[in-house]
Amino acid sequence: MITIKDLHKSYKTGNNSLHVLKGINFNVSEGELVSIMGSSGSGKSTLLNILGMLDEADTGSYTLDGVAIKNLNEKIAARYRNKFLGFIFQSFNLINYKTALDNVALPLYYQGMKRGERMDKAKAYLEKVGLAQWMDHLPNQLSGGQKQRVAIARALASDPKVLLADEPTGALDTKTSYEVMDLIQQINDEGRTILIVTHEHDIAQMTKRIVNLKDGLIIDDTKVNQVRALQNV
Amino acid sequence: MFDLERWQEIFETISKNKLRTFLTGLSVASGIFILVILLGIGEGMKNGIEREFQSDAANIIYVFPGVTSKEYKGLNPGRMIQMKNDDYQFTTTENKEALEYKSSVYRIWGGMVSFGKESGSYRVEGVYPDYQFLENSSMLLGRFINYKDVNESGKVVIIGNRVKNDLFKDAKSILGEYVEISGIKFKVVGVYTDPGGEREESRVFVPITTAQKVFGGGNDINYMSYTLQPEGTYEEALASANKFTKKVETYLKGKHTIAPDDNSAIRVNNMLENTKRFYDLMGMIKMFFWGVGICTIIAGIVGVSNIMLIIVKERTREIGVRKALGAEPISIIGMVLHESIFVTSFAGFTGLILGLVLLDVVGPMIQTDFIYNPTVNFNVALSTVFILIVAGAVAGFFPAYRAAKIKPIVALRDE
Repeated sequence: MITIKDLHKSYKTGNNSLHVLKGINFNVSEGELVSIMGSSGSGKSTLLNILGMLDEADTGSYTLDGVAIKNLNEKIAARYRNKFLGFIFQSFNLINYKTALDNVALPLYYQGMKRGERMDKAKAYLEKVGLAQWMDHLPNQLSGGQKQRVAIARALASDPKVLLADEPTGALDTKTSYEVMDLIQQINDEGRTILIVTHEHDIAQMTKRIVNLKDGLIIDDTKVNQVRALQNV
Repeated sequence: MFDLERWQEIFETISKNKLRTFLTGLSVASGIFILVILLGIGEGMKNGIEREFQSDAANIIYVFPGVTSKEYKGLNPGRMIQMKNDDYQFTTTENKEALEYKSSVYRIWGGMVSFGKESGSYRVEGVYPDYQFLENSSMLLGRFINYKDVNESGKVVIIGNRVKNDLFKDAKSILGEYVEISGIKFKVVGVYTDPGGEREESRVFVPITTAQKVFGGGNDINYMSYTLQPEGTYEEALASANKFTKKVETYLKGKHTIAPDDNSAIRVNNMLENTKRFYDLMGMIKMFFWGVGICTIIAGIVGVSNIMLIIVKERTREIGVRKALGAEPISIIGMVLHESIFVTSFAGFTGLILGLVLLDVVGPMIQTDFIYNPTVNFNVALSTVFILIVAGAVAGFFPAYRAAKIKPIVALRDE
């Protein structure tokens, strides 16, 4: 599903150049649930941003579902993001003046789907994350766990190839974190490819594979025995 | 623009950000509102002053006598000058070619005019037929004095509209009725109206010959008024008017033995000169109002730009989210602009309509001679609204464009 070869990325800060990614080679096949770990500054967020087409690599190749991702202009990047990717953020990033339902329907709006159709679809996804009766609530009327579930529903709405989660449980307490992880595991069980950036070991253990980054290089890439989140709730 | 989905999105955003929308709208609406009111008052002042001028012909020249202030040829100062019929005859015959309308006036002070039980004190003026044009009067009923009346010293009278309303109330027949002026019966042959309003309409006119005979005027006249033949340009008109008044002045001073440099004995009022001064003043006032109006609009534009800048800044994160979800840059720009144009045009037209309604309702109630019928050229107002909308769009475009250029990763980091 994802193929990365010799990926380099550096940031210029004044006269200094900060080499963040120093040649990442990395494959993810369909249906995997991968966690990317590393201390801060290891380059894990940069990697995720490049995977999410929010940032561009300096050199190296990136292929997503057979499509080479390179020389993107803003317009094509936006189209690819919409078509291939679903984002889940640490701080949820819901639009605060839109209801849960409208938030979930937003990626569908950018797909050009008609209003009635996208509302039906958004409703189905909210049902899937167990928030059907909350669909008319604004984000600030929801708890953290509920917000993240709305965000997950939104990420799923455009039926993406890959879900990218940046510290999805970073702002949640342990119990809620596990509930969210349970939902993510369920979605993975249905065959969706998911990448999670995290620095929490218990969360990483709930994925199927842990990739460890240090100083811009992958130092460890192992499959793990998945811990089901439901057992810990 | 006609994308229904986009409209739904805009309305959703607007309805959920009422305060923001209201504030944007307010600065636009108040800008347009103030401009409309200012232009209205400016126009009203222009109309008011123009109306003051229309009470008489625009190029009228008055010549009236005064009191000598200088000793001359053995005569003491302080001598009252009395103009006579022959002064009028001479000046009109001498300048026959140059004159358009002419009339001398013999005025009766404190004339009591009565009809039946009603009576009132009005200015009674003995005049020539041309006086109608000199006074810029027009007939509501009947006719003005004619040369036959003057030659035969007919006892006919033309009354002002105000006099008619006072004396005749709602009497059916007016023409052919007889009114008494200081006890002498005159037949009403016409009713006139004057753009100068009620003050000018509370007069009655009789033939000058009749007035002099009946009210003991002999050959006396109070003043003379003339207009000259129209000229091609204002400058030419002013030049020939000055030439004419100089000539009349010199003649009258010679005839009445007045020192040539005595300015108080013969006075000449040349309306053309005053008109120019008033039109210059009017131009200044108009320019002032436009200046204030344009400043208001600029303030409105700055206000809109400011708010647009804040809106975009405030929405940076939202824009980042939208981009991450697949919004193309053009759709971000479109969204921000569409919203701002919709809000500015809606608010602009609201301000325009409120301003026009206010002028329409309050305008006629204004009771001053200096403001009359304050209206706004609708096209001017409309184009200002469009200018404001375009300016708002341009002002909104740059922040929107910048926001659309921000990388979503940067926008999302923006806490």
